Amino acid sequence: MPESTARLRCLLRLADTSLVLAQRLGEWVGHAPELEEDLGVANVALDLLGQARLFFAYASELEGLGRTEDDLAFARDTGEFLNLALVEQPNGDFGKTIVRQVLLDAFQLVLYEWLQRSSDARLAAIAAKSLKETRYHWRYSAGWLVRLGDGTEESHGRVQSALDELWRFTGELFAADEVDLALAASQIAPAPSELRAAWLAQVEPVLRDATLTRPPDVPYRWQGRCGEHSEHLGHLLAEMQYMHRAYPGASW
Amino acid sequence: MTSRAEWPLYEVFIRARSGLEHKHVGSVHAADARMAIEHARDVYTRRQEGVSIWVVRSVDIVASDPAEADALFEPARDKVYRHPTFYAIPDEVKNL
Amino acid sequence: MYTQGLDHSGPESSASHAEGASAALRFQARIDAEERIEPKDWMPEAYRQTLVRQISQHAHSEIVGMLPEGNWITRAPSLRRKAVLIAKVQDEGGHGMYLYSAAETLGVSREQMTSQLLAGAAKYSSIFNYPTPTWADVGAIGWLVDGAAIINQIPLCRCSYGPYARAMVRICKEESFHQRQGFEIMLALCRGTPAQQRMAQQALARWWWPSLMMFGPGDAESKHSAQSMRWKIKRFSNDELRQHFVDVTVPQADYLGLSVPDRELRWDATAGHYRFGEIDWSEFQNVLKGDGPCNRERMAARRRAHEEGQWVRDAALAHADKQRARATGRAA
Repeated sequence: MPESTARLRCLLRLADTSLVLAQRLGEWVGHAPELEEDLGVANVALDLLGQARLFFAYASELEGLGRTEDDLAFARDTGEFLNLALVEQPNGDFGKTIVRQVLLDAFQLVLYEWLQRSSDARLAAIAAKSLKETRYHWRYSAGWLVRLGDGTEESHGRVQSALDELWRFTGELFAADEVDLALAASQIAPAPSELRAAWLAQVEPVLRDATLTRPPDVPYRWQGRCGEHSEHLGHLLAEMQYMHRAYPGASW
Repeated sequence: MTSRAEWPLYEVFIRARSGLEHKHVGSVHAADARMAIEHARDVYTRRQEGVSIWVVRSVDIVASDPAEADALFEPARDKVYRHPTFYAIPDEVKNL
Repeated sequence: MYTQGLDHSGPESSASHAEGASAALRFQARIDAEERIEPKDWMPEAYRQTLVRQISQHAHSEIVGMLPEGNWITRAPSLRRKAVLIAKVQDEGGHGMYLYSAAETLGVSREQMTSQLLAGAAKYSSIFNYPTPTWADVGAIGWLVDGAAIINQIPLCRCSYGPYARAMVRICKEESFHQRQGFEIMLALCRGTPAQQRMAQQALARWWWPSLMMFGPGDAESKHSAQSMRWKIKRFSNDELRQHFVDVTVPQADYLGLSVPDRELRWDATAGHYRFGEIDWSEFQNVLKGDGPCNRERMAARRRAHEEGQWVRDAALAHADKQRARATGRAA
C-alpha cells in the first residue's frame, strides 16, 4: 500500500473516531445528571470535535481533492467512515457513557503519547496538542468510573453491565491491518499491538479502584477502522449529515 | 419529589495570572473536592481565565459579621497615619 | 424580563415596627448612594424574596434555554457551527450556574430552586417555550433572544445586589459572542439559496413577537416595577427596554433583507424611534401559565434529566462518604 494512502487512512481513522464520539457526547448536553456535568461533557465534546477538525484539515491537504472538513464529515457514507466501533455505540445511561469514555480516553492517551514522536511532524503536533486535552478527559472519566463503580449498589451494577457490554469493542483497538503495518514501518504511527500493554496499565488500576471486574476478551473483532460498522452508525450519520444532504451545495 | 442529600456547595477562587491573588468568582456543587476542582475549571476557566483554582467548602468559610462592621472596621478609618498621604514630605526629597 | 411571573402580592416589609422602619431607611439610603448590598447585609425580607425569585427565574431561564438550541447540536450543518453551538449552550449552562450561585447567597439552595422549577412552581422566561423546527430558528434565537437578553442584562450589571451584579458582568462578557453567532447564522442564510432565505424569513416571523414579549408587560400593568426600581433591582422600564430592542434590531433585519412581521412598524422621525404594533398579551399569559407550544416538553426534558440522574448523584455522594470513612479509619 502506498504510504500516502496509509497516511490518509490513518488520519481519517483518528478524525472519525473523535468526530463520532463528539457527536455522541453532544446528545447529552442539556440532559446530564447535573448541570455541572452538562458543562463537563460539553467540554470533552468540544475538544474531540476540535481534534477531528485538525485531522480532517490535514487529511484534506494530503488528499488534494479539495474536499473540505464538512465534505469529509457530512458527505461520506457509513462504509467510508473509519471510526472505532466502540465510539458509535449508543450513550445508554451516564454510566455506559463513562465506561465508553474511559476505554477510549485510555486509548487516546497511549496513542497520542506515541504519536507525539511520529515521523510525521504535523501529526505529531496535533497529537501533542490533543494529549493535553486527553489527560483532562481521562481525569474526568476515570474519576467518574471510580465514583460509580464504588458508589452505590445500583451504580456498581449499572457500570459493571456497561463494561460487560462494551468490552467486546476493545479488541479492535489493537488489531492491525496493512495500513498499520505500513505506518509502523515508516514510524508514522505505532503498531497497534504495541499499545495494548500500556492501555491495560491505564485501565486495570481504575477498574480495580472502581471495584469492577474486567470482562474476558472475546474472539470477534469489530472492524470500524475498515468501514465495517454496527447498525448504530447509520442512524448517527443520518442525523448528523441531514442538513448537508437536504440542502446540497448550501453554505452555512 | 422526595428530598435527597445534595452535593455540597464549594466556593471557588481563581488566580487569573501568576502574580495575582486568588479571587472569589462564585460557587459550584460537587460530591468531593476533586470533582469540585473539575467543575470549577469547567465553569469558571473556559476563556483562559485562570492558572490556579482553590475550592473551599462553603460551610468552612468563616466570615465577619456585617453587624459588627463598625467594631471591626471603623477604628481603622480614623487612624490616618497608616496612609502615606498623611505625611508631608518636601517635593525635593526623592524616593519617599 | 426575569420578573415575568413575579407576584409581589403579600405584605411589603413590615415597616410598622420602629426598628424595622429605621433599618429600612438606612437600607434605602445605601441603595440611593449606589452602594452594593452583599450577602448577610441587613435587607428587607421583601427585597430578599424578590431577588431570590428574580435571580432563580433568570437561572431557570438559562437552563431551560439550553434545550431549544441543544435540539440542533446533533444536526448542525457544519463542523464549525456545531462547535460554536456546543460552546454557546455550554455557556448558557454556565450562566445558569453563576445565577444559581448568586441566589444561593440569599439562603435558598440549588436543590430547592430545582425542585420548584420541576414542580412547575417556578417560572422561567416565556421565550424558551417556543420550538426550533429549523436551523434558522437557532440563528433567530441568537440574534433576537440573546439580543433582547443583552439589552436587559447590561443595566443589571449595576443592580444593587452584589452577587447578582457580578454574575451579570460575567454573563454580559460572554453574551455578545452569542448574539454575533446568531446574527452570523442569519447572514449566511440570507446570502444563501432561496430555500435558505425562506428559512430565515420564516424563523424571524416566528420569533419576532415572542422576543418583544420577553420584556414583559407595559409599565402601566406593573405596579411592582416601582418597588424594584426603588431598590435598584430594575433600572429601566419594560417599555424602555423593548423600545430600545426594536430600534436597534429593525435596521439589522433591514440589512439582512428580511421583513419584520408587523404591518404597523414604521420609523417616527420626530420621536427618533420605531413605532410598532400591539402585542398580543393573551398569548403571553397563556405561555406563562403553561400553555405555550413547548412548556410540557421543556419541563418533561428537565424532569427526565433530573430523575434519570438521581442514581448518579447518589453514587457520587456514596463514594465521597466511603472515602471519608476510609480516611478516618486510616487516621485512627
